[in-house]
Amino acid sequence: MSQAAELAGARLEDHDLYVGLYRRMVLIRGFEDLVQSLFLKGDVYGTTHLYSGQEAVATGFASVLEERDRACATYRGHGHALALGVDPQKLLDEMLGRATGINGGRAGSMNVNSPADRLIGCFGIVGGSIAAATGVALALRRTGGVAVAYFGDGAVNQGYFFECLNFCQVLKLPVVFVCENNGYGEYTPFEVVTAGPIRARAEAMQAPAETVDGMSVWEVRAAAARAVAHARAGAGPAFVEAITYRFVGHSRSDPGRYRPEGELDRWRRRDPLVVLRGRLESEGVAGGRLDEVERGVAQELEAMRERGLAAPWPEPAPSPEFAP
Amino acid sequence: MPKLSDSMEEATITRWLKEPGEQFARGEPLAEIDTDKATIVYEAEFDGVLGSILVPEGGTARLGEPIATIGAGAAATSAAAAGMAASVPAAPVTGGTRTIDFRTAIREALDEELERDDRVIFFGEDVAIAGGVFAVTPGLYEKYGEERVFDTPISELALAGAAFGSAVSGLRPVIEIMFGDFLTLAMDSLVNQASKYWFLTQEQVPVPIVIRSVVGAGGRFGAIHSQMPASWLLGVPGIKIACPATPADAKGLLKAAIRDDNPVLFFEHKRLYALEGDVDGEVVPLGSAKLVREGGDLTLVTAMKGVHDALAAADELAGDGIDVEVVDLRTLRPLDRATIAASVEKTSRVVVVEEGPVTGGWAGEVLAVVVEDALGSVDDAWRIATADAPIPYSPPLEDAFLPGPERIAGEIRGRLA
Repeated sequence: MSQAAELAGARLEDHDLYVGLYRRMVLIRGFEDLVQSLFLKGDVYGTTHLYSGQEAVATGFASVLEERDRACATYRGHGHALALGVDPQKLLDEMLGRATGINGGRAGSMNVNSPADRLIGCFGIVGGSIAAATGVALALRRTGGVAVAYFGDGAVNQGYFFECLNFCQVLKLPVVFVCENNGYGEYTPFEVVTAGPIRARAEAMQAPAETVDGMSVWEVRAAAARAVAHARAGAGPAFVEAITYRFVGHSRSDPGRYRPEGELDRWRRRDPLVVLRGRLESEGVAGGRLDEVERGVAQELEAMRERGLAAPWPEPAPSPEFAP
Repeated sequence: MPKLSDSMEEATITRWLKEPGEQFARGEPLAEIDTDKATIVYEAEFDGVLGSILVPEGGTARLGEPIATIGAGAAATSAAAAGMAASVPAAPVTGGTRTIDFRTAIREALDEELERDDRVIFFGEDVAIAGGVFAVTPGLYEKYGEERVFDTPISELALAGAAFGSAVSGLRPVIEIMFGDFLTLAMDSLVNQASKYWFLTQEQVPVPIVIRSVVGAGGRFGAIHSQMPASWLLGVPGIKIACPATPADAKGLLKAAIRDDNPVLFFEHKRLYALEGDVDGEVVPLGSAKLVREGGDLTLVTAMKGVHDALAAADELAGDGIDVEVVDLRTLRPLDRATIAASVEKTSRVVVVEEGPVTGGWAGEVLAVVVEDALGSVDDAWRIATADAPIPYSPPLEDAFLPGPERIAGEIRGRLA
């Protein structure tokens, strides 16, 4: 069944595929809950930016990417890493600062990279992922690959957004711009600091642009397929704005008190995990099968927590490349 | 003489297949050459006109020695320089010693590295079709095509980001930031992405970027097109800084920079572009200073335009019986501590001449090296740099602002009196 038919209210094309995506989204949510609890105990350091609530965006996009494609994510990047297939244990160990971390403890939450998993990196400067993806696309156009730049609504007010979108359009680079509009740039509602609709900025540069429900993984997946196809065809960048919501504050120190009363509750009713589960059950997937997915992930995470806390610390060692 | 076999050191031209003045097309045979292994037909890599034959039939030439000159379109260059590389792709031909200007040296290095390695790409504002606002890069776009040499929007954020992303994805980008003053816009990607990635990937993913940029004062460009941005980036571990003073070093260091696996900032002083000098095509390793004048009384340590000011001052001081040694740093990071210390141990006095604000500049860094590595030998040490003020426009103001030979010679005379 086609993705267009799905959107028209028909059944999901492949229940096994979507149960797999459900598992991935449950893993991301559980991973973030685990990181938060470890943070509160003092086992994760510095700061963290959690992806809870936005799981459908990274999961939907990753589900259409090929081996030759690459992604550049933000400092809110745990979900993108897991969606692309980064080993969750290695990702957790990185948060814990251990030698067994995906980057040996050098990167931490905000700077994770795993090129072998197609994740060029998570970038700690707002808009940095867009710059990186622009260059990645210069290389990928030799192989037919597509670079995906994930960024938030706050990044559309950075110079990187305008410069790189124009740069990619005039050079016809295969980049998909994915704006995850979660309503807030750090603590400030995006409407307060953003002139006009976000999508219009991409339309002004004649990039195909659409806005999708970022809480619906099948709608994200369909939009991702269209955008990736455009970029892969050599027609230049495509733009997708996914409307989503983070269920947590900007970072670990932010309780999110700036949110109007009831807003979080309203969005929680559209929790992407609940939305997908409801759809699958309504199409006849047994609730027990989905319960089993959730139990399996919970057990996996508990085992990861224990292994992570027992993992060795890295040894300080000089890096010869950085001699003066 | 192109490298036609791995072991050849010299070869004999058995037959020229074109005559001087004759046109040839890419792929056409130009000469038969007898190497230690076999007789090889040497084919042109692009269209051109044979100029004069330097090695006649029956003549022998060593590897890298020019065998003929060519004219390619309107711009005649030496056959070697234009990269008339033959059937052995790993070894574009570099000529024997020739006299060329600084900007030609830059272009030759780019040309030869683009030819040598398909992963090398070059982009920036006005660099391709227009050939660069300082006329440094004409002909590369025509030779390598728009996939590898291209113009970009005036978007330094995007330029630097594109360099980073392509470098970590297997290419070896060279970008031009038209004036060094514009590096401020490129700095986020350089500082927060390019200089960190090798470390963050546990030395698994290199970041081979070269950022070429025109720097320096004396051109009447005013406060915001004349700066020397070295110290803005000297404090960023992971970025090397090359700062050549001569055409030979410009060519040799740029080739080394392009072959380096991590970011190199490559400064081209705008008042050196017309400078001529002998070039032998050798790669100059990053991190090696050069003793350019020997002397016993005092060491001048400097770079770029400062080297020529220092040499002029040294000539003047020789008339007063003061014997000055001059060290050309050639790269600011890595800094060649050993050469600096060895010279100061010999002369016991050191002056560092820096074109740039005295506070926070690299001259202070050089003096720190002197203190750490040669303190026992030091009788006197000081800096000659520019004032902590913006660079003025008007010629008499700008000339007075810069540390020229008169000021260098005058301060040394006064201090040694």
